[in-house]
Amino acid sequence: MNVQAWTFLLVAASFALYIGIAIWSRARSTKDFYVAGTGVSPLANGMATAADWMSAASFISMAGLISFMGYDGSVYLMGWTGGYVLLALLLAPYLRKFGAFTVPDFVGDRYYSQTARIVAVVCAIFVSFTYVAGQMRGVGIVFSRFLEVEVTTGVLIGMTIVFFYAVLGGMKGITYTQVAQYCVLIFAYMVPAIFLSLMITGNPVPQLGFGGVDQASGLPLLERLNGLHQELGFAPYTDGTKSTLDVFFITVALMVGTAGLPHVIIRFYTVPRVRDARISVGWALVFIALLYTTAPAVAVFARANLIQSVSETPVDQVPEWFTNWERTGLVSHQDLNGDGRIQFTGPASPVPNELNVDQDIMVLANPEIAQLPDWVVGLVAAGGLAAALSTAAGLLLVVSSAVSHDLLKRAIKPDITEKGELVAARIAAGFAVVVAGYLGINPPGFVAQVVAFAFGLAASSFFPVIILGIFSRRTTREGAILGMISGITFTAAYIVWFKFVHPEMNSADYWWFGISPEGIGTVGMLLNFAVTLTVSRFTPEPPIQVQVLVDLIRVPRGAGEAHEIEA
Amino acid sequence: MRRPEPGHRPRESAADPEVRARHEAYWKRNVRYVGGLLVVWFTVSYGFGIVLAEPLNAVNLPGTGIPLGFWFAQQGSIYVFVVLIFVYVVLMNRLDREFDVDEGGDA
Repeated sequence: MNVQAWTFLLVAASFALYIGIAIWSRARSTKDFYVAGTGVSPLANGMATAADWMSAASFISMAGLISFMGYDGSVYLMGWTGGYVLLALLLAPYLRKFGAFTVPDFVGDRYYSQTARIVAVVCAIFVSFTYVAGQMRGVGIVFSRFLEVEVTTGVLIGMTIVFFYAVLGGMKGITYTQVAQYCVLIFAYMVPAIFLSLMITGNPVPQLGFGGVDQASGLPLLERLNGLHQELGFAPYTDGTKSTLDVFFITVALMVGTAGLPHVIIRFYTVPRVRDARISVGWALVFIALLYTTAPAVAVFARANLIQSVSETPVDQVPEWFTNWERTGLVSHQDLNGDGRIQFTGPASPVPNELNVDQDIMVLANPEIAQLPDWVVGLVAAGGLAAALSTAAGLLLVVSSAVSHDLLKRAIKPDITEKGELVAARIAAGFAVVVAGYLGINPPGFVAQVVAFAFGLAASSFFPVIILGIFSRRTTREGAILGMISGITFTAAYIVWFKFVHPEMNSADYWWFGISPEGIGTVGMLLNFAVTLTVSRFTPEPPIQVQVLVDLIRVPRGAGEAHEIEA
Repeated sequence: MRRPEPGHRPRESAADPEVRARHEAYWKRNVRYVGGLLVVWFTVSYGFGIVLAEPLNAVNLPGTGIPLGFWFAQQGSIYVFVVLIFVYVVLMNRLDREFDVDEGGDA
């Protein structure tokens, strides 16, 4: 069997599995549809969260990104894991106790205001749609690279699968398919990483190989890589080039953004008890950390391997994987000085660079670099699709519940029947899939930029308002609304200014205090905190039943009944 | 829609001053735990991994070839994050029982 056949087989088998699970776990009530009947075990929810969270970007692009950024890549590693500590300690247990279905549910009830609810709905839909467009695009790209079908066809196939299990099963279907998708994606990630680690350092554990000895040179791997970087005119791999302040602010924005993303938060509504919500965040981070501690190791292996096998190599003696991937355009080479060899050099070198490498190749080409059998290539394709589909499904659920629950049930038509709401939820989910697919096929020009957008917006809108809603009884409706609006407006304006209005000015010379648009969400969050706290001081304190509600959220006993306080 | 699930004990009256005082004390301890854990969270990531990364890079993580600050930024902080959450879980489960606000069922 060749690579193509293996890829078809493994992708088809994984899709069959997801559809089987979707049929087995159909949603029968709105509670099933929104929060999987709050019956998910903490361990399963941890896995589902990990798949929900790790997108096509984590799976395909992150290791390559770190490989090119060196130390600066740490912002993603710390930023996309540290947020779980905030979730566990500050948000998840209390939101589970509150027992709502969605994030706007909490904001609307805690701040006794339909305006606050609507603002939260708009933020949730906007954040989720910007994010989901990139996932659908990822699905199309995996299809086109591995199976040589059109991107459009790939997106349509992906849409059909997501449509099937998201519309049929809601959160319940999504949860159990995500558990399966986690298993597929982590297996697909670890197998090439382990063999690559063995090949380069002789140690089968990538996390240990990371600090091990390079077998080719006998030097510690990172020392060897720093040495190569210096020879070729790159900055030392372990030092980085971003300013400390910018690294600090980007990391905060990514961490707080993680803790404020609605599709992550709602996963912790699905477990039975407060206690389960706490430990479930722990399991989620264990499963995420497995990939996130492997990625920097893969980054180093791939970087060292790339330099050693390509730099100064005669053009006709490049390794086979290089020739294979040259056809896709992910690597390309121009013999500028006509010496018949490949010069791969950094900005500080007098020799012009002749090699262009797409970051994604660092993961995609690994099976071939490590000379693994053909089925491993198919496995990586199935893993990339699992990562993209699981995240897309989680995001689509947020959009559908924001429409059917927060807008329809809680704001427009409170007397809608359970059955009617379930139908509305399914229609909204179906509609969201179609919109996401459309965005995947016709991506707005800024798909690559929206990651900064989604995190910055989540950090500057939801996070402060939810935290203060739990930790400060005195926080008022007026404070929260003005806080959310000022935080999100400021952040969006700064990003839009530098990314779209004046992209030519997007450099440290023009940024405020050297803070990049990626890190500005941190300032937006601080602004939100400041506005919310100040306005709350000068507005009438929340009604007594809201203050009682806050007291109830703070103690675990009685999860699932907290909402009765409203009646 | 949100009926109490099996295994839950009936809610105590929030108006009872004894209950109120107990809940307040529970909350204070909770906030103290969270504060302490967040100090560690901040120190390993923003401290060791970012602000102090450069001086720490002068030494390697013992037994490996990884500069210490770089290791905290790309590996160490993530391991500590995981440990922090599990420490929090153990502390809170104990605290819930101590102040009699746990949810019952199997521990």
